Amino acid sequence: MYEFSYHKPASVADAVKLLSADPEARPVSGGMTLLPALKLRLSKPTSLVDLSGIAELRGVKREGNTIVIGALTKHYEVATSAAIKAAIPALAWMASTIGDTQVRNRGTMGGSIANNDPSADYPAALLALGATIQTDRRKISADDFFQGMFATALEAGEIVTAIHIPVPEKAGYAKMKNPASRYSMAGVFVAKGSAGVRVAVNGAGANGTFRATAMEKALAANWSADAVAGIKLDAGMMNGDIHGSADYRAHLVTVMAKRAVVNAG
Amino acid sequence: MNVAAPFEGIGASVRRKEDLRFLSGRGQYTDDINRPGQTHAYMLRSPHAHAAIRSIDLAAARAMPGVLAIFTGADLAAENIGGIPCGWQIHNKDGSPMAEPMHPALAIGKVRHVGDQVAVVIAETRAQARDAAEAIVVEYDVLPAAATMAQALAAGAPQIHDAAPGNLCYDWHIGDRAVLDAAFAKAHKVVAFETTNNRLVPNAMEPRAAIGDFDPQSGDYTLYTTSQNPHVIRLLMGAFVLHIPESKLRVVAPDVGGGFGSKIYHYAEEAIVTWASAKVKRPIKWTADRTESFVSDAHGRDHVTKAELALDAGGKILGLKVHTHANMGAYLSTFAPCVPTYLYATLLSGVYSMPVIYAEVKAVFTNTVPVDAYRGAGRPEATYLLERLMDVAAAEIGLDKVEFRRRNFVPVDGFPYQTPVALQYDSGNYFATLDAALETAGWAGFEARRKAAAAQGKLRGIGISTYVEACGIAPSAVVGSLGARAGLYEVGTIRVHPTGSVTVLTGAHSHGQGHETTFAQLVADRLGVPIANVDIVHGDTAKVPFGMGTYGSRSLAVGGSAMVKAMDKIVAKGKRIAAHLMEASVEDVEFERGTFRVTGTDKTKTLTDISLAAYVPHNYPIEEIEPGLEETAFYDPKNFTYPGGCHIAEVEIDPETGKVAMVNFTAVDDVGRVINPMIVEGQVQGGVAQGIGQALLESAIYDAHGQLISGSMMDYTMPRADDLAPVSVATHTTLCTHNPLGVKGCGEVGAIGSPPAVINAVVDALRDYGVRHVEMPATPQKIWNIINGGRRMAAE
Repeated sequence: MYEFSYHKPASVADAVKLLSADPEARPVSGGMTLLPALKLRLSKPTSLVDLSGIAELRGVKREGNTIVIGALTKHYEVATSAAIKAAIPALAWMASTIGDTQVRNRGTMGGSIANNDPSADYPAALLALGATIQTDRRKISADDFFQGMFATALEAGEIVTAIHIPVPEKAGYAKMKNPASRYSMAGVFVAKGSAGVRVAVNGAGANGTFRATAMEKALAANWSADAVAGIKLDAGMMNGDIHGSADYRAHLVTVMAKRAVVNAG
Repeated sequence: MNVAAPFEGIGASVRRKEDLRFLSGRGQYTDDINRPGQTHAYMLRSPHAHAAIRSIDLAAARAMPGVLAIFTGADLAAENIGGIPCGWQIHNKDGSPMAEPMHPALAIGKVRHVGDQVAVVIAETRAQARDAAEAIVVEYDVLPAAATMAQALAAGAPQIHDAAPGNLCYDWHIGDRAVLDAAFAKAHKVVAFETTNNRLVPNAMEPRAAIGDFDPQSGDYTLYTTSQNPHVIRLLMGAFVLHIPESKLRVVAPDVGGGFGSKIYHYAEEAIVTWASAKVKRPIKWTADRTESFVSDAHGRDHVTKAELALDAGGKILGLKVHTHANMGAYLSTFAPCVPTYLYATLLSGVYSMPVIYAEVKAVFTNTVPVDAYRGAGRPEATYLLERLMDVAAAEIGLDKVEFRRRNFVPVDGFPYQTPVALQYDSGNYFATLDAALETAGWAGFEARRKAAAAQGKLRGIGISTYVEACGIAPSAVVGSLGARAGLYEVGTIRVHPTGSVTVLTGAHSHGQGHETTFAQLVADRLGVPIANVDIVHGDTAKVPFGMGTYGSRSLAVGGSAMVKAMDKIVAKGKRIAAHLMEASVEDVEFERGTFRVTGTDKTKTLTDISLAAYVPHNYPIEEIEPGLEETAFYDPKNFTYPGGCHIAEVEIDPETGKVAMVNFTAVDDVGRVINPMIVEGQVQGGVAQGIGQALLESAIYDAHGQLISGSMMDYTMPRADDLAPVSVATHTTLCTHNPLGVKGCGEVGAIGSPPAVINAVVDALRDYGVRHVEMPATPQKIWNIINGGRRMAAE
């Protein structure tokens, strides 16, 4: 690692102040992405602002028909939360498949979505569920928040504080893991709820996580695996690498969409 | 003693003594060692696969905090430091020696692979050394890279070494071409087959590390290093690189966290820290990180092969012709030339009676990391070729694949069996291991399982491999005549202390094998000393007289045999002492597991009585026998050893994704006498895990510019527990006929027998798609391409 300063603010306001004052400062929660980047010397922040001391960023609760997840909620906590398991079991299951035990005990939902890695799991769930991302200064719909590979609507110094998710009628997830990294190579989250029928895809897209609108239309007309089985997305919009060609990923999206619908019940 | 102690001798599954420290974080690995006044080294490595070095500007780097020194190839050359030597010389078909370009420890004039060492920075901390390395300015003239063997051999290819025109290291062969051609001319059928054996990155859990420690007072050098063979390093580095006499050079290999071959070789970093320590007059520690390991540890395998099998009308093999290109990488690593020749081509008879074999091997330089032995070293490549070819041939002639093998097996009474490729197998029973494996794997009931899987939309396949391998390396004169620049005997010293405990000094080196336990079992069995009182010492050239180290499944067959010979001498001397003490003639003294007895009487002495007498020689035949009870033996094996067996893999393919899941794996191996069944089981399971890794997951991939794309765990797929299936391990014993223990070695059989069993199962699973072959690794993408592109044939 290169040298950096370390801060551990106790409040959101202090964290935002530190981050806004220095554009080369970086927030860290679980550190499951940032720390490896630092060790590989791929990143050289002037300082790390550790958010883990901010108590108000923790906790999962149900408010009416909305699940509210604090930004610092760990994947392990999402996977085992009674409230989430009851209301959005597909999200709990998704969280249980992220990384490994050690990663799940450190990684957080806020950190994951702020990074918006195209191979991460959560962005597809939040898009499909029509979630709203709350920051220190505003609320942003998932559609507006996720803006492409590693890009979000967050302004300089802005941090995610909570994620609001309307409880769906049905939701399901399925993914094909990259054999080496075990990140998502093609993952599909389907949901039917107050936001309508939505299908969001992670891992496969050339420009990050996206909504598969043709599949959404088909599922809205007929909620069944058969409805999406015949829809193959354009390989031209997919990633290709040594683990999977664009054509193969386009095919996997269809397979995972079918399985996600089956998993939704 | 009231309660009978549990048996600790040969055949007992004694729990490993060394595990307590390994599992509680108290192992002492090279990086755990810290020498007083220690400094740190960081290697600057080439980012280019092939480039001329126009200039190296060290000014900014030298000024950085904590920097003590920076050295380049020019500094080593100025002091006549030798290149890293190669330990095995192969000759071409015309008798001329192989091309043997110089392998500088730090690049001179040119870099030849991504990762090639360019400079070393010595600083107070590793971070400071790394910071300074980033400040070194190297001007490269990038050259076109020959990243693959095809590129390297093409007309007009970039020339990697002036000493190797056309990038050819050697063009070697074995066998009689004329006899082979005659056999092929008479064949009823010739089956042609081509395959690649995929390049692997060894990824031992512990990265390499080295500490050079020069003592200015005494002028002695000490090297601590992650090595499988410290004496070999002392010899190679002392004699050929740094020109330091053995008496001034000590090499210590403490606990080593896995090697699999990658820690056999003498590496540049060892020489650099040793030499540089004398320059800065302080100890220097170098530890690789994983990214560095990927581009500096020797890779494994990397063959491209064309073969033809000639058969008669009854399905009997008439002959085998093989042509292999073997990748050496950018420089010759220590054993590299022998791996695709004497450890590969000599195994091409496999478990079969083959009248004639002819094999040609061309070794090729490329702009990639050097390639050398990796678990199995040549024998997995031979077995994979043969066992895939047998399945392909069986399909082509319409014979059942098991029946085809049986028809060609070396008969049970056919031993010793002289193959047409130099080796003579001493013993074996391929029918017994085959039958046991078929039974355990439920071969006969497979069709029902296939149909049940198909009803669930999955494709099941079952695959078999019957193999033999040659290890327990090796008879010195034999390998010497084949180009080895070293002998391959082993040394064992048995030191019985005055009060009866025993220290064993061995030239073998445990880096996961459990020697502290199994070697102690040999002593417990023969001398009756409890394992708790037997200490195994290895890994330090100052303590152990000599040794060739641990690789090639040799530690028990060669190292254990040396111990047995030394114990023979202990018992012989002990009998003479006992005879004196019991006033009997030595012919009347018998010895069994710690007790000397005058035959037919109650007169006995314990080993401790004898050892005490030997060190306190008052009532003692001191005119005839020297005091003390310590013996050394050097054991040179008379032949290789030949473990063999049968592996069966069952897989299930998800046709929608192409993912191959392991369902189960059966291994029945003949490893000769089994000393510790639990350790054998662990060795086989570990080897099978690596074989499944090669077959389904792992592949070191370079792009056309020589960049290693699979340069980290993000892209290089290491097997995890959920990639595997339960591995059933059983043994069937035919004793080795030429070593005193009757052992054959078990460290590599798992990695040798398994890859073809898995690929044979994958091809079987895809039978409806008319697939003849699937290259390793059989990734989901590859399988899906086949399923998606292939015509699904009618089921009936």
